[in-house]
Amino acid sequence: MREYAWLIAFIPFVSWLLIAFFGHRFKHGGDKIGIVALTISLVLATMVLVETANVAMQGEALGAHGPALAAAAAQAPEMKGESPDIGPTFDRSITWIKIGSIDITTGFQVDPLTAVMLFMVSLVSLMVHVFSQGYMHGDVRYTRFYATLSLFTAAMLTLLLADNYILFVISWEVMGLCSYLLIGHWFEKPGPMMASMKAFITTRIGDVGMLLGIFLTYWATGSFAFKDIAAATAAGKVAGPMLTAMAVLIFMGAVGKSAQFPLHVWLPDAMEGPTPVSALIHAATMVAAGVYLVARSYPIFHLTGEALAVVAYIGGFTALFAASIATLAQDIKKVLAYSTISQLGYMVMALGVGGYTAGVFHLLTHAFFKSLLFLGSGSVIHALHTQDMHEMGGLSKKMKVTTWTFIIGTLALAGVFPFAGFWSKDEILLAAFNSPFKLLFWVGILVAFMTAYYMTRAVTLTFFGKPRDHHKFEHAHESPSNMTVPLIILAVFATFSGLVNSPLTGNWFAKFVHFGAEHGETSLLVTGLATAAALLGILVGYAIYGWNVIDRKKAIRAAGPLYTALKNKWYIDEIYDATVVRAYMAFSAFTAWFDQHVIDLVVNVVGWAGYQMGLACGDFDLEVVDGAVNGVGAGVMAGGSRIRRVQTGYLQAYALALFGAVILGIIVYQVIGG
Amino acid sequence: MIPLTFFLILAALLFGLGIAGALLRTNAIRMLMCIELMLNAVNLNLVAFSHYITPGVFRGQVLAIFVMVVAAAEAAVGLAIILELTRKRKVIDVDRTTLLKW
Repeated sequence: MREYAWLIAFIPFVSWLLIAFFGHRFKHGGDKIGIVALTISLVLATMVLVETANVAMQGEALGAHGPALAAAAAQAPEMKGESPDIGPTFDRSITWIKIGSIDITTGFQVDPLTAVMLFMVSLVSLMVHVFSQGYMHGDVRYTRFYATLSLFTAAMLTLLLADNYILFVISWEVMGLCSYLLIGHWFEKPGPMMASMKAFITTRIGDVGMLLGIFLTYWATGSFAFKDIAAATAAGKVAGPMLTAMAVLIFMGAVGKSAQFPLHVWLPDAMEGPTPVSALIHAATMVAAGVYLVARSYPIFHLTGEALAVVAYIGGFTALFAASIATLAQDIKKVLAYSTISQLGYMVMALGVGGYTAGVFHLLTHAFFKSLLFLGSGSVIHALHTQDMHEMGGLSKKMKVTTWTFIIGTLALAGVFPFAGFWSKDEILLAAFNSPFKLLFWVGILVAFMTAYYMTRAVTLTFFGKPRDHHKFEHAHESPSNMTVPLIILAVFATFSGLVNSPLTGNWFAKFVHFGAEHGETSLLVTGLATAAALLGILVGYAIYGWNVIDRKKAIRAAGPLYTALKNKWYIDEIYDATVVRAYMAFSAFTAWFDQHVIDLVVNVVGWAGYQMGLACGDFDLEVVDGAVNGVGAGVMAGGSRIRRVQTGYLQAYALALFGAVILGIIVYQVIGG
Repeated sequence: MIPLTFFLILAALLFGLGIAGALLRTNAIRMLMCIELMLNAVNLNLVAFSHYITPGVFRGQVLAIFVMVVAAAEAAVGLAIILELTRKRKVIDVDRTTLLKW
């Protein structure tokens, strides 16, 4: 089955072509094409996952395509080390580009990491496709929306299947393009338009670093293929500052794509796009690609402690920083957006502290419950036509399914036993606890508390209490079944997907997706602290927003500058405006001035000189060349007008001349020839 | 037998008459007749030379016949031109038909 894994990405690609070119001819704008394609992909992904799992559990590799690293080590016997085992890897590649002795291959690989990600992405994408039928109903660019969703899914799946950095970067950029198109879906409005550009440009900044990192990697190891790079780093061909530079530069791509501080600013603005898009791209899949990048490049990262420290601290700081903003956000999607940034920070932190399995596991569970929360918020927005939580309230009476699934998502995100988030968050905290980064462990606990708090706040403001906008509340209604069914399915996953890495299943996931042999003794202290933090967060949140134990106006006054800073998102956008944007504008103004006054001067002087030269040439042409030509003509004319006098027209004059000439000829003949 | 010189003198006289007429008379028909006169003077020379220098071989005589043929053709063309000239312009003097000057 794994040899057909490329179909998983290829089918959505075909679906994109079909919808883009023929979608408008179909009854529903081609949305069914996308849904069918994604269903096939999901089935295939499931089959690939099952097969990979079977192979992994048997602990054996299929034929010659064994663990990539063992094969690579066999090819190069002089290598001394072996990269840690990442499970059975199926790799098929062909020569793609051949330039002299440089041989660039491309292909796809299926290892446990890819297999679980394929399943997750195709499932979430399918749910979003189905949900969008209701949410985007009657939209002006419905077909375009579905086409772009398909293209995005194809790109994301290609990214997961890629076995080299080139293919990886290509699909990475296609995802960026789709993200841009989908954020700017309603480009008539200035908000989405600006947000789409901001998202694109901000992520590009990270991409520049990533590209440099990849080139550096190629320079150092001579290959773009993951398995070759892993073999090279394991053999110690690259080491020291070089390795750290590679890792940090590659990490920059993840910082941009996964919205880590300081490049996180685009993700909250990206909420201007349609909500299903936020669920798919800006919660579950594309932003997780940055985390996937780090996980995929782990053979580079795990050898350099400095780079791992950078990763860990940026992740930890982002988690805390974004969570703090989420506590006061007023827009329900902004809460979820900052929550996403915070949770991505969590995953990055996990990878930084060495918790490979924990990071990937949280990536997976987070995708399920965060897409559930986003789709739930989409259902609410669909009903109320507002995103401001202060205009909501009391919706639990009208939207039962949405409410319950949203609460499940919240519990999963907050990390309450036995929901998915509990297991994955516990893993991350455990990894941090067992690592040298003790500070990050306490950051993690604090973030867990804040996460539980702001999600409780969001749920309470949205679904409980009294409706604050009666007009909107009157018109609210439960969403149609094509929106609620995906919510229910995702809720099931949000509830149970954590169990794959619980003692109940014997930590199956950790045995399946791992990087080398990881060991982590479970610590009741960690679990206890995490659960306590989550429950405390829920309690505090409900106490403030549900029972109103404290006067919020007074609390705001007491908090003072902290409140203002949080409400203004720590002024990051303003700081960027004042520094980066203004510096850039000043630089632009300078270059514009330079262009106007220096480049243009040079150009004008050259132009003027050319003009003068042209005039001189023109004069020369008129006076000298034409003069010569005309002179010749005039000379011939003058000569001709004199000579033609001979032509008198008197016949007898001619005859006389003829006779005279004959006489003359005879005389001459007689005199000379005698 | 009459010596060759007599014939040559007669031919020269005829040619002189012809050329004088052709150069001095402006009447086109007279000019044509004078040209015939010159041609015949030449014919006389040809025949005389042939008879006295290579007797029994009739090269000169044959050439004289050719000249006559050419003269006849020339007279036909010339007369036709003169006829047209008279019809169109009512003149016959070559002095007054200087159309082909510069």
